[in-house]
Amino acid sequence: MDITVNILMTIATAATPLLIAAIGELVVERSGVLNLGVEGMMVMGTIGGFGAAYLTGNPWIGLFAGIALGALFSLLFAVMTLSLATNQVATGLSLTILGLGLSGMMGTNFVGLPGERLPNLYIPVLTDIPVIGRLLFGQDPIFYLSIVLVIAVAWFLFRTRTGLTLRSIGDSHTSAHALGIQVIRYRYLAVIFGGACAGLAGAHLSLVYTPQWVENMTAGRGWIALALVVFASWRPLRVLAGAYIFGAVWIGQLHAQAFGIPVPSQFLSSLPYLATIVVLVLISRNKRLTMMNTPASLGQPFVPDR
Amino acid sequence: MKKLLIALAATAATLSFAAAAQAQEKLKACWVYVGPIGDFGYSYQHDQGRLAVEKQFGDKVETAYLENVAEGPDAERAFERLARQGCKIIFGTSFGFMDAEVKVAAKFPDIKFEHATGYKMGDNLGIYNARFYEGRYVIGQIAAKQSKAGVAGYIVSFPIPEVVMGINAFMLGAQSVNPDFKVKIVWVNSWFDPGKEADAAKALFDQGADIIVQHTDSTAPLQVAQERGLHGFGQASDMITFAPKSQYTAIVDDWGPYYIERIGEVLAGTWKPEDRWEGIKEGAVHMAPYTNLPDDVAAKAKETEAKIAGGWNPFTGPVAKQDGSEWLKDGEVADDKTLLGMNFYIKGVDDKLPQ
Repeated sequence: MDITVNILMTIATAATPLLIAAIGELVVERSGVLNLGVEGMMVMGTIGGFGAAYLTGNPWIGLFAGIALGALFSLLFAVMTLSLATNQVATGLSLTILGLGLSGMMGTNFVGLPGERLPNLYIPVLTDIPVIGRLLFGQDPIFYLSIVLVIAVAWFLFRTRTGLTLRSIGDSHTSAHALGIQVIRYRYLAVIFGGACAGLAGAHLSLVYTPQWVENMTAGRGWIALALVVFASWRPLRVLAGAYIFGAVWIGQLHAQAFGIPVPSQFLSSLPYLATIVVLVLISRNKRLTMMNTPASLGQPFVPDR
Repeated sequence: MKKLLIALAATAATLSFAAAAQAQEKLKACWVYVGPIGDFGYSYQHDQGRLAVEKQFGDKVETAYLENVAEGPDAERAFERLARQGCKIIFGTSFGFMDAEVKVAAKFPDIKFEHATGYKMGDNLGIYNARFYEGRYVIGQIAAKQSKAGVAGYIVSFPIPEVVMGINAFMLGAQSVNPDFKVKIVWVNSWFDPGKEADAAKALFDQGADIIVQHTDSTAPLQVAQERGLHGFGQASDMITFAPKSQYTAIVDDWGPYYIERIGEVLAGTWKPEDRWEGIKEGAVHMAPYTNLPDDVAAKAKETEAKIAGGWNPFTGPVAKQDGSEWLKDGEVADDKTLLGMNFYIKGVDDKLPQ
């Protein structure tokens, strides 16, 4: 029984950063902006989280520093693409490259130092309940935050007026503008929210997943998060499903290997990607619904006519 | 605007010309790394070697490096770029750079190339490697002595000879203590991904291993061992700060002396492509201090280390292949060529080698 709990907790740890980064990007894309800089913002969150936690000795300060640095970094993207109307794809890619380089430079002095870990939740009695105790009440704080985030984003997008406005901007910024909605302001906020989420996801890596700093330690997770958003057809709960399928198949294949199942390891390693894509494509196979969910003005620059 | 651009371009041209003129006086030595120099593992150790070169030669040598170069077609561009930038000797430090480096070396016959851990040589392409497997034999012995479960978890990157050789040497060491010792192997198909390595370590511990060994480059598996109160071994660097209670020892690479020697030869004009493979004896590989170990186990490890330094090869027969067929007869020592192309497991490894 203990091993099952361990496996489930490992899956949650693996899925959490993907989920948080993806849910942030989902909001950005719903507003009609394509930010390919997730990996860059995430790695800034990782170094911010590690650096602040190491220097202050307090992982909670690290957590906030990670979020802040991610948000700050996304502001750069927002100024470029929204105020200066640069190409979003190119700007996003450069943001990734810049983030990876900049974080490496900032982190030179942190290499080889053990970091501070955010402690797992512990509630006396509740956490000690066999099996479900640790699963429900013994995870790391960012795990709970990720679940709250998904629910909050789903509620915000589909149950509030502001959410509706945001989606309408994503579908047609010209119409929204004609209605007097402040397109650019909404998009600024969405992009910064996405940056903060990516920063939080990155901070999870250096404060929970593997408490250390090494260059490139996001190792492509930002790109997986980006793909999740598309394959989940811009639906928050599907992003949740996608992140956990990815995590589960990834951890499952490691166990299959350790167990000695005679399947080529290269195939097993590609399985999480395959499985996630297949499942998400299957649940999104209703073409009309998918079309409806795709933000129609995604990636197009908007310049309000004066 | 146009004028300004022209002026800028002219300045840039003068500057780069000046830089080129200056570079001619110095020997430019360059490195290509597969990971970031901040990985605190394999690439980090190579970069320490580069820094040792700078320290040794001072003004006579100028160094440059490219990090995070992907293995495969991307690598070719990296080598070509360095070659065009005036590097006189280029070290490629990962197995997967082999074909790219062979190609670029053929294109630039005046530039000297060296490739680590591969097996293809050329008129201007030498190869070098360190006998990491010697260290792996030592940690195999320690693992078998210390493991209560009799099972070690082994995290590996790619099924290349270097890695397979390591697994086999580890098992030979372990079997010399406990003939029934088991190893569980997980391939993560990456040299460097702390998250993945941590996940693999957790999976292996969950499945009953109580000692973790890695042939990947991050400190994450040791951190997991520390969290679980179990043990493991550092890879490439001494990783004791990450797992003060969990690291038994580490196989440390020390490339500095080799790089200094070879670059000295380039300066003296005596460089020739060579096939160099050095180990514990020459100091290219050494063991980090033995910690968290009972005295007798540490003493035994030191004894083995001394034996290897004295010239004994861990791949000395009798050794059978995985299927039970004979590989090395009693007293027969494996030749380097077989080791460098190793694509089979020895008896007792319970895993199917990915092909």
